[in-house]
Amino acid sequence: MEPNTQILSTEDLRSQEYFLNMGPQHPATHGVLRLLLTMDGEIVKNIEPDLGYIHRGIEKMVEYDTYRQIIHVTDRLDYLSSHINNEAVALAIEKALEVEVSDRIKVIRTMMDELTRIASHLLWWGVMGMDIGALTTFMYAFRDREMINEIMEKTTGARLTMSYNIPGGVMFDLHPDFVKDVKAFIPHMRKVLPEYDRLLTGNIIFQRRMKGVGYLSAEDAVSHGASGPVARGSGVRCDIRKKAPYSAYDRVKFDEIIETGGDNLARYQVRMREMYESLNILEQLVDNIPEGPYQMPMRTLIKLPKGEFYQRVETARGEFGVFIVSDGKKNPYRVKFRSPGLSNLNALIQAGRGVKLADLVAIMSTFDFVIPDIDR
Amino acid sequence: MMNMLSINIFQNWLEQTHGIWYVLVLAGIAAIYLGFFAVAGLMLVYLERRVAGYFQLRLGPNRVGPWGLLQTIADALKLVSKEIFIPKMADKLLYKAGYYIVIIAALLALAVIPFARQIQALDFNVGLFFISAVSSVGVLGILIGAWGSRNKYSLIGAMRSGLQMISYELSAGFAIIAVVLMAGTLKMTGIVEAQKHTWFLFQGHLPAIIAFMIFLISGTAETNRVPFDLVEGESELGAGFHTEYSGMGFAFFFLAEFINMFIISALGATLFLGGWLAPFGITDGLPAQWLWGMIWFLLKVFVLIFLLMWFRWTFPRIRIDQLLTLEWKYLLPVGLVNTVIMAWIVWKDWLIHLG
Repeated sequence: MEPNTQILSTEDLRSQEYFLNMGPQHPATHGVLRLLLTMDGEIVKNIEPDLGYIHRGIEKMVEYDTYRQIIHVTDRLDYLSSHINNEAVALAIEKALEVEVSDRIKVIRTMMDELTRIASHLLWWGVMGMDIGALTTFMYAFRDREMINEIMEKTTGARLTMSYNIPGGVMFDLHPDFVKDVKAFIPHMRKVLPEYDRLLTGNIIFQRRMKGVGYLSAEDAVSHGASGPVARGSGVRCDIRKKAPYSAYDRVKFDEIIETGGDNLARYQVRMREMYESLNILEQLVDNIPEGPYQMPMRTLIKLPKGEFYQRVETARGEFGVFIVSDGKKNPYRVKFRSPGLSNLNALIQAGRGVKLADLVAIMSTFDFVIPDIDR
Repeated sequence: MMNMLSINIFQNWLEQTHGIWYVLVLAGIAAIYLGFFAVAGLMLVYLERRVAGYFQLRLGPNRVGPWGLLQTIADALKLVSKEIFIPKMADKLLYKAGYYIVIIAALLALAVIPFARQIQALDFNVGLFFISAVSSVGVLGILIGAWGSRNKYSLIGAMRSGLQMISYELSAGFAIIAVVLMAGTLKMTGIVEAQKHTWFLFQGHLPAIIAFMIFLISGTAETNRVPFDLVEGESELGAGFHTEYSGMGFAFFFLAEFINMFIISALGATLFLGGWLAPFGITDGLPAQWLWGMIWFLLKVFVLIFLLMWFRWTFPRIRIDQLLTLEWKYLLPVGLVNTVIMAWIVWKDWLIHLG
């Protein structure tokens, strides 16, 4: 696939470059991301992200929290993958304390992960359509996302910031309706996903807007540290669920979705196909949720042994890592979150150079940023 | 009312001494028109929102008044009460001129639209030409207003608007020429009367259908609606050319957009779908012909408006270079060839005349 070469045609024409301030209040940045654009007419010459508008100092803040409290803060990072973020912290703590959780906990976590992933991708799909002007996708996606939200709400009591994981298990046992609801959800989702394709994917305008736009080569993806669907759209195998399986991912069969296009369409297809894979995982697990405790016995006040602990998980946006340095007290000495959004933003600068303003919006959409995840 | 409306304003203005009654009558017609189109514009906004609700699995406005009919009127009242904010660095004259030009251009074009036999403010021999002339003035308002508001997003919107309008005027013109060839006149009533037996859509074999499709596409582009809403492009440019407008300034732009949609649909109905004429003459013998004419006309307009709304709530937005490619590489050549074929058909007298 050739990179976008439209810029070459106007190279001979000289015009005055100007600054365009995109954000922090701009509908396409989906939050308070600010991009300083150097523009030449409609063409984006350079992108300079200006971060910090939603910086809350979470990494510093958690140094004063006990380990149980850290989990609730991670909800506010990538709020669309809150369950997966929680899980990363819980897994890191369990790893440090060498606690082996029961199979039931593992399966519950995995199922919740996949539900979260589908919910996140659904929201992305709806917003993606809106970004390129197809407004109806948003409502379709939210209709189906609502089913997941209801499943979540029944079990965890929350719809977005779930804080369902705790060190050594999950907060509550599954709701009695959980299996029934998930079983109703899977066929529904399998029915509506082709509908989505008919509405948006097959549309000629959509195809023209996506194909060959925002090219990111595999080398660039790796060197900028991109992960998740962004890197997989460029053909980089980087799924943590495959590379370093956690929870119950080692016992389910699923494919790592790889597209080699490297353009908007490839990233789009990765996410669409990932939803099918998530459904496959759910289908394998929903009938075999093992019996067992949903919480392992743990001390109320957790103290980690001295040392450094790292745990990475695959969120809907890519690799999320938690790095904890402990000096043996009840608070961590230092915590670092490796968020997928920040690295992907780096790759955006590479992919978004030399495209039209409208394309930049589309590229940002396929990169799927959640700004609190970038800023922390 | 019929006689009042059918006064040929231009002629009489020159011929008569301007007595007080004459001025009053004119003012009355203008008031009726303005009132009608303010309400029609608001109802179109309501309709758009209901249609959007229908497409998007939701209800749309349904709380203010019966079936939410008064919702847009409440919105308009809210907009009237809002402060008209003018940015500090804006060019005040151009900023204000922008929306007046847009709304005046939209309302002027309405003058020649025939609602039914004799229900038309102005019926003169170059009515169709008048419409295409006046509707291209609207873009000036957009350009001026966007330039005057000193906002880069507005300016990008205005640049796009200029490109888009100038391009799509051409292919819309060729589509219209195809009809003019069939009708042999530019007079709006003459065009409708020429479709007495068969609509132009079916009279001219395939070229008429192609002309209709080109007209629909370029009409959508001229009214700045999805998939051609790059001028507004809310996810790219905030609100495009009217980013800096508030209160009634915004409302004028908004209303003009919907009136333009009405004009394009009315033009489509008049040129291709037989205007006020009943299909197969099914209501021809009935009394109150002017009322039936209006009903048929508005029904046809509604069908086209619904089509435009269907586009809006289904299609993604097209990019600016694709927009120009579509026009200059596809629509314009096709339109040109189509016009030549149409001329051949008319010359050979191969038009289909049923009945």
